[in-house]
Amino acid sequence: MQKMKLVMIGNGMAGVRTLEELMKISPDLYDITVFGAEPHANYNRILLSPVLAGEMTLKEIMLNDLDWYAANNITLHLNKKIVKIDRVAKKVVAADGTEAEYDRLLLATGSNPFILPVPGVKLDGVISYRDIQDTNLMIEAASRFKHAVVIGGGLLGLEAANGLKLRGMNVTVVHLMEWLMERQLDRTAAGMLQQSLEAKGLNFMLKTQTAEIVGDSADGKSGRVKSVRFKDGTEVPADLVVMAVGIRPNTELAETAGLYCNRGIVVSDTMQTYDPKIYAVGECVAHRGIAYGLVAPLFDMAKVCANHLAHFGIGRYQGSVLSTKLKVTGIDLFSAGDFSGGADTEEIVLHDSVGGVYKRLVLRDNRVIGSVLYGDTVDGAYYFQLLRDKQDIHEIRDHLMFGQSHLGNSGHQGQNKAAAMADSMEVCGCNGVCKGTIVKAIKEQGLFTLDDVRKHTKASSSCGSCTGLVEQILASTVGGAYQPAQTKNKPVCGCTEHTHEEVRRTIREQHLLAIPAVMQFMEWGTPNGCATCRPALNYYLLSTWPHEAADDPQSRFINERAHANIQKDGTYSVVPRMWGGTTNAAELRRIADVVDKYKIPTVKVTGGQRMDLLGIKKEDLPGVWRDLDMPSGHAYAKALRTVKTCVGSEWCRFGVQDSTNMGIELEKDLWRMYAPHKVKLAVSGCPRNCAEATIKDVGVIGVESGWEIYVAGNGGIKAEVAQFLCKVKTHEEVLEYAGAFLQLYREEGRYLDRTVHYVARVGLDYVKQRVVEDAENRKALYARLRFALQGEPDPWRERAEGKAAREFEMLEA
Amino acid sequence: MNPSGQAAAKLAAIPLYVHGEGTREMTQDPAQDWHKVCALAEIPPLGARVVKSAHGDIAVFRNADDEVFALADKCPHKGGPLSQGIVFGRKVACPLHGWNIGLDDGQAVAPDVGCAKRFAVRIENGVVLLSIQPLIAA
Repeated sequence: MQKMKLVMIGNGMAGVRTLEELMKISPDLYDITVFGAEPHANYNRILLSPVLAGEMTLKEIMLNDLDWYAANNITLHLNKKIVKIDRVAKKVVAADGTEAEYDRLLLATGSNPFILPVPGVKLDGVISYRDIQDTNLMIEAASRFKHAVVIGGGLLGLEAANGLKLRGMNVTVVHLMEWLMERQLDRTAAGMLQQSLEAKGLNFMLKTQTAEIVGDSADGKSGRVKSVRFKDGTEVPADLVVMAVGIRPNTELAETAGLYCNRGIVVSDTMQTYDPKIYAVGECVAHRGIAYGLVAPLFDMAKVCANHLAHFGIGRYQGSVLSTKLKVTGIDLFSAGDFSGGADTEEIVLHDSVGGVYKRLVLRDNRVIGSVLYGDTVDGAYYFQLLRDKQDIHEIRDHLMFGQSHLGNSGHQGQNKAAAMADSMEVCGCNGVCKGTIVKAIKEQGLFTLDDVRKHTKASSSCGSCTGLVEQILASTVGGAYQPAQTKNKPVCGCTEHTHEEVRRTIREQHLLAIPAVMQFMEWGTPNGCATCRPALNYYLLSTWPHEAADDPQSRFINERAHANIQKDGTYSVVPRMWGGTTNAAELRRIADVVDKYKIPTVKVTGGQRMDLLGIKKEDLPGVWRDLDMPSGHAYAKALRTVKTCVGSEWCRFGVQDSTNMGIELEKDLWRMYAPHKVKLAVSGCPRNCAEATIKDVGVIGVESGWEIYVAGNGGIKAEVAQFLCKVKTHEEVLEYAGAFLQLYREEGRYLDRTVHYVARVGLDYVKQRVVEDAENRKALYARLRFALQGEPDPWRERAEGKAAREFEMLEA
Repeated sequence: MNPSGQAAAKLAAIPLYVHGEGTREMTQDPAQDWHKVCALAEIPPLGARVVKSAHGDIAVFRNADDEVFALADKCPHKGGPLSQGIVFGRKVACPLHGWNIGLDDGQAVAPDVGCAKRFAVRIENGVVLLSIQPLIAA
């Protein structure tokens, strides 16, 4: 079959990203031809600043080299500028006469720098800052000349100025407005930025309008630039003038072809121009009246455009919310959204001018609409997410300013200034990854997303506590191309486009009972999923249809298949259940005998008031369980782990409630309960809280008049204090409220989200409404939990009696 | 357990993929020592069994299409037992740190780098036969 012909005009990041996305989903649909006006293959334009600053080389910023085009059978014409689109004959013509026919045309012509309408802009040494050629001109000028003037105190202008200064020039930044980066910063943050840059040796002239650029010829109208003269008559010497006052979408070609343009090539949500055979992406387009000048939105456009080119026809581009990050080494700056203020907005401000920290959040109707961070930007991604998701923040308002990572995080030395960190400092304590390693990978591999960085460096891929820091390093390295990870509508994994919520809903509505049925109905992209989606699907099926859906052991992580914890050497550990942390002489004797009989090398008391037998061979597990004759502690499972207790009123002179027995009742009530992640409880007999109930998924604290119930605490990676849910009087009520809350989490939590993540997502108000205020719903939730647990066997007893024996048998050869 | 001479002769030219050198005919030693491991039905689909051998533990995998693969039961990353991982497509996810290893070539999926030793394995009349000499590129 004859392939369709796709021609792309423009060989920049947006266009090539579109081709890459297209290759991923439909590699064989088109014969592709690309025309690029520059002599280079696709490079990472946003890293021109580090090149100028001497931190990277041109070679390092190439994204797709010539081999890539060849490997993908793409015909590439470099140095060929298209001058005509013949929409009737469906062909394009280059300046040198080269022609190419198309069935689909993709315009990715980018933008042109805006040149001030003043005399002298054509003089030698007056340039814009846009591509490799400009960058080379600047580098070359810096080696020969002394004085540089940068016109424009925006993002690009400041990066250019910083680079030229680092190359030894004397740099003056001229800016028309009252403060720098006025579109991204408020006056205060801009002032702090200006101070930092002045400390680096840059000079600034604000509220200054350029009148003329003067040449070194006798009449000042030709030759090389000599100085810049301003409206007020003053003049500064200049051997190089960089114009960075803005960009204009490059629509010339589209306009001559009769395509409708209005401050950009006008496109629909499907990235189509007014000629449906012609698509456009990138800085050349105007979408819903907006032309974007940063890279991040271009990637969204590329994805949608590729989707339609591949005839999938489901993607829609609906605009982007932008964030900004200045790529100047040592300066931490982050801004997003609208921070101009106004009568209906409120502000939260933290300003420590000596410490060099400024944070401002702008709120409207309890939602973040803008944020400016200077100095400490580790929470930039967090605020940006709140902003983009339009999340109601009234519950967290009192500590919102302190960010997501203000306390409880461990593993990265409490660092919160990504750009100020030295390259040798450890960022990810789990995987031992330094900042320098991350920056190098981002630059050399051309990474743009947190997921990419995780894959390539492993940073923040284990416990995740350094995620904010890694995101900031990513943001400060790629600047405008940075996009925070999408968490709200994230697909389950790479096998599907569907979110966790969509999968759960479909399983319920379609009454699906097995993993293959889900994959078939929801059109999974892989034949049998992957190690990420299969365990999630298995859990969703079992929790939605208890006693109906069949468990699939092969879709469980090994610990839940072997019912013990795999250790680094491939042996297993066994933690028997000790109700409420209590035991007795008979159990202890059996444990001691088992340790002797199976030569168990290590016995360890756990943090959950139980005993861990470590170093057991897999084939010994059924025997160990048989001889222990104790119930499974589920220390290996996404299930109820331990209920930690203090001794309570039975013995303690301060105790006001019988916490030990309350804990035992809870544990017996909830035992064998699987959940999206592990679940830990604790019960304290008085507010001294010796059982540390306030860092548990459910914490119960006895007071004279009853029990206080706390939920969604966490003591691990990130310490989170549990939130007060309600106060009840009786043991039965504790069981019902705790059970109902956990059932809600079981039904609505995403697989691998702890209760803290679930409650952060849905809000404590919602939980209270479903569990506390709505008594009928609470009873229904609790009844569903009881039904699910009814008849659920003890996995150890079953296996001690011979079930799944093959799992534990080795073969010989 | 030794297969008959006839069966061994059939094996003489099984095309095998040897990483880095493309697909090529790799001649098996006709005298190669094939061991009967178990019936195919004794390995769960999308699962594995461990075979103890003189060359260490060997993981024998079965995927959804009833293909069998054999790798040293040691992840090239930190030595995790691959037999205990989740099998999908033609890959297994190591249970220790989640590296994905190709069942057919033993290679770690990029960007991770590493290779697990491979062993020849085949099914005959529903019986899984394994050679315990690791395959090495000739």
